[in-house]
Amino acid sequence: MDAKHKHAKTADKAATVILYIIAGFFLVLLAAFTVYVLYRGAVSFSPEYLSFTRQGIGVQFFNTVYLVFLSLIICVPIGIAAGIYMAEYAGSGRLTRFLRMCIETLASLPSIVVGLFGYLVFLVMTGLHWNMLAGALAVSILNLPSLTTVTEDAFGDVPDLYRDGSLGLGATHWQTITKVLLPVALPRIITGIIMAAGRGFGEAAALLFTSGMSSDVDFSNWNPMSINSPLSVMRPADTLAVRIWALKTEGVAANADKLSDISAAVLILMVFVFSLASRHIGARLENRLTGGKGGK
Amino acid sequence: MKRIFAAVAAALFAVMSFSACAGTANPDGGMARQPSGEGLSGSINISGSSALQPLVQEAADNFKKTNKGVSITVNAGGSGTGLQNVADGTVDIGDSDVFASEKLPDDKASELVDHIVCVVGVAAVANPNIGVTGITKEQLADIFTGKITNWKDVGGKDLQVVLISRPRSSGTRSIFKKYGLDGKDEKIGASLTEDNSGMLKQIIAQTPGSVAYLAFSYLTDDKTMPLMIDGVKPTYDNVYSGKYSIWGYEHMYTKGTPSGSAKSFLEYFSSTEAEKTITDMGYGLSSKMTVKRNAPEK
Amino acid sequence: MKTEKFKKEYLGRTVVTAAGIFIIILTLAIGAFLFYRGSATFTVNHHSVAEFLFSPDWNPADIGEGGTVGAAVFIVGSIVISLLALLIATPFSIAAALFMVEISPKVGAKILQPAVEIFVGIPSVVYGWVGLTVLVPFLASVFNLAYGYSVLAGAVVLAVMIFPTITTVAADAIRGVPAEYKEASYGLGSTRWQMLHKVEVPAALPGILTGVVLGLARAFGEALAVSMVIGKMQAFPAGLLSPTTNLTSEITADMGNTTSGSEWNNALWSMALLLLIISFIFILLIRIVGRKRRA
Repeated sequence: MDAKHKHAKTADKAATVILYIIAGFFLVLLAAFTVYVLYRGAVSFSPEYLSFTRQGIGVQFFNTVYLVFLSLIICVPIGIAAGIYMAEYAGSGRLTRFLRMCIETLASLPSIVVGLFGYLVFLVMTGLHWNMLAGALAVSILNLPSLTTVTEDAFGDVPDLYRDGSLGLGATHWQTITKVLLPVALPRIITGIIMAAGRGFGEAAALLFTSGMSSDVDFSNWNPMSINSPLSVMRPADTLAVRIWALKTEGVAANADKLSDISAAVLILMVFVFSLASRHIGARLENRLTGGKGGK
Repeated sequence: MKRIFAAVAAALFAVMSFSACAGTANPDGGMARQPSGEGLSGSINISGSSALQPLVQEAADNFKKTNKGVSITVNAGGSGTGLQNVADGTVDIGDSDVFASEKLPDDKASELVDHIVCVVGVAAVANPNIGVTGITKEQLADIFTGKITNWKDVGGKDLQVVLISRPRSSGTRSIFKKYGLDGKDEKIGASLTEDNSGMLKQIIAQTPGSVAYLAFSYLTDDKTMPLMIDGVKPTYDNVYSGKYSIWGYEHMYTKGTPSGSAKSFLEYFSSTEAEKTITDMGYGLSSKMTVKRNAPEK
Repeated sequence: MKTEKFKKEYLGRTVVTAAGIFIIILTLAIGAFLFYRGSATFTVNHHSVAEFLFSPDWNPADIGEGGTVGAAVFIVGSIVISLLALLIATPFSIAAALFMVEISPKVGAKILQPAVEIFVGIPSVVYGWVGLTVLVPFLASVFNLAYGYSVLAGAVVLAVMIFPTITTVAADAIRGVPAEYKEASYGLGSTRWQMLHKVEVPAALPGILTGVVLGLARAFGEALAVSMVIGKMQAFPAGLLSPTTNLTSEITADMGNTTSGSEWNNALWSMALLLLIISFIFILLIRIVGRKRRA
């Protein structure tokens, strides 16, 4: 063993140890942060805070899920389609370069700017009041670039073998995309969707200007056309993140701090459950679509 | 397929007409207390002053108990937003900490009708460890204009003054500047800035030597200490009697004379029930004021 | 049968192309809208671009005109805090990504990846609040300061917030490096560390840079959390431990309290436009760097 070799080995060991330490540090930091937020929520907890009244966070919980759901309906199809275009059809021409530039610019837009854009376009120009749909559209704009990038990357990383095989068997390009490439790329796209949903759960700056900071919901009215029905997409709606912002900034009630601590804890739990569920569904999808032989 | 569609349509129609009935025909006993006795319906959209938002929200909740057909949403966003929105007609009522003429050009401001719903006092508050409980008005101005930088100069501990200001656009700041500092400008570039009262409280509580100003409605615990000015305690009794001068009106503006449910809601603020809400939440009653103020001349 | 096949082919192609064009139109619309609102300071209120960019004198008028709109303090604040955050977060992110992909994929997939996803979902207000109540007093006591509101506090909070973004994208990029590269490197007798930093990281660099761009973008545009811990003092930062303010804080604080069309409001829109332009410049810069490295 010469000196150089020995040196390389030591460097390798040192690097491994350092990477372990960094990953460990990261995990500890994450754990500490999460535990801190959950702990604050737990000590403040009392069942009446979960009610669907002004004293509870039930309405905001419902709004958050509904708004994120709406925004995913809007941005997931467009994002995936645009990602497929980038990966499969876009050449290396000027238009593609410009589109890539657009995606990166869109990704770098501050959410507050998107909120202000939404305020002027979805509310002032249409003459409407704050509404959930405007909020969902604003969140969609925020998520569109990341969904596109994730889809493009996922398609780009499918081994050429799959593509060649499918085309060789006489399938058209589109058939190859939908029947072969999409299923293989799906798990990563699902990860992208989870991240998008997560961003929707946590977004506040863009929603302050679009979906508003208050809700007036009547849970006995399930007619989606009525303005105070929970299902109405045209009603103002505050999500959990917006409620936390409102409570932390202007809350005067004695329990404002408790309520916002609980909201934060609930939000983390929501993201957690959502992430687990999506992972589970993703794994099952992958199993079914690849005939149980899994990509990994 | 067609039949399913028809069934769904019929069901939807049934639900809609049912909810329409529920909305209008709602003979409620409590209605009699309202100035306009008929069953109110429709929606009221409100935006503006974040200092007033908690009160309006609470009042809206109480108002709706007896007016179930009315839907009220209260959005904060700031006095400028409220005035802008109501002038543009995007909301029915715009809340503001300042007179409309202070934020809007004359042609727009003249279209708005002012409804003063309450007064709000503004107190100079400090971290409790500074060693004094009161200062003179002159000292107050000297502290905020940067002439006094250590608490020992006003008889307190040897501790650096940490100024916490509000953004220049803030309604609370304009009240404090006009009546607390007699129009003098706070020193720029030497103070931390925070506009959100909840966070401001937190900052004062955890920063030794800090001083700022807060609406009375936020003086709910002893983590922050309201300062006496010239020996006068910042309380509503002193505001009513005219002894304590740092206060302002809270306005709710409508475009033109209000009608329908918006009118009833504005009238609701002078009911006994609403007056209790106002004082409970740390605001003051404009009916008890012995001094009056007018919109500033330009 | 065949025509059916091709109909679908063309339909599919049209739909995905339309989605791509939609993104272009959306971006142009937002850009045009920001430009329209943001240019009023210069066209309607007749301030010079140089005043806006280089003057530290910020005092716009609420009604009418006649104020000053120098935004230099905010611009410097934004740039310093974002770059510092990036400096803190990037090495950690790449290390965490390498760990996830190469050192322990099991721990990575089972624990780190979900943890990263959870972090993206935490509202920035919560980050800001934890920063305000834990980090700020901590900095004050460690460095023996009157208060801990500072550039450093802002950068640390931001670094934690952009960490998941960079890590996820970097991990994806590293995963995408063809297995042959790795095998060839090992085949030549490399240790794992040699393989990682000589082969895999360079090969994944364009992807990692994308992650850095996205992280920088998030850092630059983040409004609520940073504004809670930097003190918002309207002065150039004297050092890492002194307070300052930035563009997003100023927009959030004053946008709601000014009326549209006023000089002040116009100046805030100019700031929003500037945010867009600065992000755009960063993107261009990083692309140029990426291209050079590859060549």
